[in-house]
Amino acid sequence: MMRPDTEAELADAIGSATGPIRVEGGGTRATGGGGAVLRTGGLSGITLYEPGALTMVARAGTPLAEVEAALAAEGQRLPFEPMDHRGLLGTKGEPTIGGVFAANVSGPRRIAVGAARDFLLGVRFVDGAGRIVANGGRVMKNVTGYDLVKLMAGSRGTLGVLSEVSFKVLPRPAAVATLRLSGLSDVDAVTALARALGSPWEVSGAAHAPDRAATLIRIEGSEASVRYRAGALQKLLAGFGAAEIVTDGAENAGLWAAIRDVAAFQAGSGDVWRLSVKPSDAPRIVAALPECRALYDWGGGLVWLLAPEGKHMAAIREAVSAAGGHATRLRGDGPGAYPPQPPAIAALEAGLRARFDPRGILNPGLMGD
Amino acid sequence: MEMPPPDPAILARQPELVKRLSGALSAGAVISDPAETRAYECDALTAYRCAPLAVVLPSSTQEVAAVLRICHDMRVPVVPRGSGTSLAGGALPGGDCVVLGVARMTAVLETDYANRFIRVQAGRTNLSVTGAVEADGFFYAPDPSSQLACAIAGNIAMNSGGAHCLKYGVTTNNLLGVTLVLMDGTVTELGGAHLDAGGLDLLGLVCGSEGQLGVVTEATLRILPRPEGARPVLIGFDSSEVAGACVSDIIKAGVLPVAIEFMDRPCIRACEAFASAGYPDCEALLIVEVEGSEAEIDEQLGVILQIARRHDPVELRESGSEEESAAIWLGRKSAFGAMGQIGDYMCLDGTIPVSELPRVLRRISEMSEEFGLRVGNVFHAGDGNMHPLILYDANKPGDLETCEAFGAEILKLCVEVGGCLTGEHGVGVEKRDLMAHQYTPDDLEAQMAVKDVFDPKWLLNPAKVFPLAASEPRRVAAE
Repeated sequence: MMRPDTEAELADAIGSATGPIRVEGGGTRATGGGGAVLRTGGLSGITLYEPGALTMVARAGTPLAEVEAALAAEGQRLPFEPMDHRGLLGTKGEPTIGGVFAANVSGPRRIAVGAARDFLLGVRFVDGAGRIVANGGRVMKNVTGYDLVKLMAGSRGTLGVLSEVSFKVLPRPAAVATLRLSGLSDVDAVTALARALGSPWEVSGAAHAPDRAATLIRIEGSEASVRYRAGALQKLLAGFGAAEIVTDGAENAGLWAAIRDVAAFQAGSGDVWRLSVKPSDAPRIVAALPECRALYDWGGGLVWLLAPEGKHMAAIREAVSAAGGHATRLRGDGPGAYPPQPPAIAALEAGLRARFDPRGILNPGLMGD
Repeated sequence: MEMPPPDPAILARQPELVKRLSGALSAGAVISDPAETRAYECDALTAYRCAPLAVVLPSSTQEVAAVLRICHDMRVPVVPRGSGTSLAGGALPGGDCVVLGVARMTAVLETDYANRFIRVQAGRTNLSVTGAVEADGFFYAPDPSSQLACAIAGNIAMNSGGAHCLKYGVTTNNLLGVTLVLMDGTVTELGGAHLDAGGLDLLGLVCGSEGQLGVVTEATLRILPRPEGARPVLIGFDSSEVAGACVSDIIKAGVLPVAIEFMDRPCIRACEAFASAGYPDCEALLIVEVEGSEAEIDEQLGVILQIARRHDPVELRESGSEEESAAIWLGRKSAFGAMGQIGDYMCLDGTIPVSELPRVLRRISEMSEEFGLRVGNVFHAGDGNMHPLILYDANKPGDLETCEAFGAEILKLCVEVGGCLTGEHGVGVEKRDLMAHQYTPDDLEAQMAVKDVFDPKWLLNPAKVFPLAASEPRRVAAE
């Protein structure tokens, strides 16, 4: 196992590697595959935090918990609400900030504020040839050259190993409330969520759990503002039944952590799929898939699907690609976890991987071949 | 500023090229008469001009693909052009280039309120995207100052920002998908009505690539429900440092305004003379705007005013009506025009960490003395994106060169304090040769490797973004 303590050591380790490398932050997101394990935990620590500029810079292996604690101390947070994969994937370890960005992990608030990739301002990484590369910076507006920051976000260590990330953060609001509608069909629930998201009341979470027939709409802000908007939304959605309003902070945190971490599918067996689709298509796609259970987030744009082990891969892929979007299997065995790309896109991706990792040693087999 | 000399072999093939292009496009879509191609000799960076070999104005993705196939086949460089409002020379052609303008591609293809997106042809102007949805209570958030004229294609190429980025982000944060035609004519779809990438984030890579990776012909854009209301407050200070500290305190306090705009005294005076907005004569002025219902606005402005009072403002002006709001914005919106009344100016676009504002402003004013040129500062303070306007006299020999040298020093300062060369205008030709101040050779190599993959022959908008010396081996090898 390699565990470099500095960026220079990281560059040495990759440059002198003779075989495949499996890159791991905290190892909580189960990248799979063979190869010598490279852990980023030695590259740890917050190097700069300016609350007045809403920016933080941290080494990639910094535990997420450390980042969140430092932000909380200043009344700020990571706005994109990254999911914790441990419950769903049965993994152990400590999630790292580098892992969050490398996998572009975003939670329910993504629908309102953007994904992890939207908050990533700058990266330093070591590519597959051992070269140290910097891109972006620590300012919010930066169009100096190509945006390799976006390319690295979500590339899961296939183009390079992050050594440092800088990112934008946001203030933590004073109050939160959730409107809970009950007994809606999937179609009605997604319609209700669309209406809420199409209102000026800044919905920051829009989920539907068919198992419990619960449809959840979250708003955040100052106390007076949350009260006002909760009332306005209640009126707007009156046609969907009476909405209960949850205002307790701890209860809200629990509700949304369960959505974020897909608590409903954590226990038991079965494959877990993550579908990214046009929100209004979601109920139809789900209805067409037999034996599957669904959890809707992002107003329907993100569907978590629990399928019987090893079954329905072709049907899931077909339903999603017919509508437009993609499906990734997050839990389950066998090949084909990542969505196949059309030939022209696949050629561009292969070209980029060949350029950034000419020897093909970084997480080979991950994200397609 | 240097451009590679036109390739005589390409110039010699012009008649054949025009014939093939004319055969592929509808009548009137190919311009080769030198009297007419001159209209495309520059963009909004008017200091540099060069008429292209030909101009094509295709009407569809298929026509764009046909043009690119022909140019690829004949090894002719192509310069994509939105509305030609680039301040960085992003659409400046070389003499052996075909300018591909998307001005005829302006249709709205799909509007979907349930899923909150609009799909448009990329030549549509920024403001007319909002125009297509505002009657239904929606808007498209990125709002560059040139939004009346600038095209979505150019916004995507430069990853344009605007005054309201602090809350809504820039183009890349509001772009869901594109139809991208590669240089060899291959048509690809990146993204769509869904939210994130299934593989590598090629959409994020293409946005801001300055027309060097492909030509965007259609775009899926996120639209947002319009807030119930918005109201600005004007705050004057007798020192730029204090104004900068106030910005930082507002952000730290947890209120998130949609815009925090900053103007310094030279700029305030110019605006007063030009637009009579009734601004106080002070050292620095902030315009802070918040959104929401009346009560929400009152609450947020209450917090902001409380913070502002702690910094001893010389002026605090709350807007009580739409007219008063318009008056507060009037001067800021006419700032560029006002400075233009005083003389020729160069507009810079560096970004700095907000905490460095006081230091950078002080240093700019010192440099202004050293170079003997006046500067006005007007910028988006909330996100640190500065727009120093350096005044010079185009008719005075050597003045433009002094101005460019001064500008380069300011941009280097931005990088030195932890910022960057350009926040929203792009590199183009203007900042191309400063890139080495921000990036190492390996950093630049990694970016150029991306272009190698998308455009192996380096035919799309060559001689931009990267220092000429750095890109030369690739451009030469491709010939």
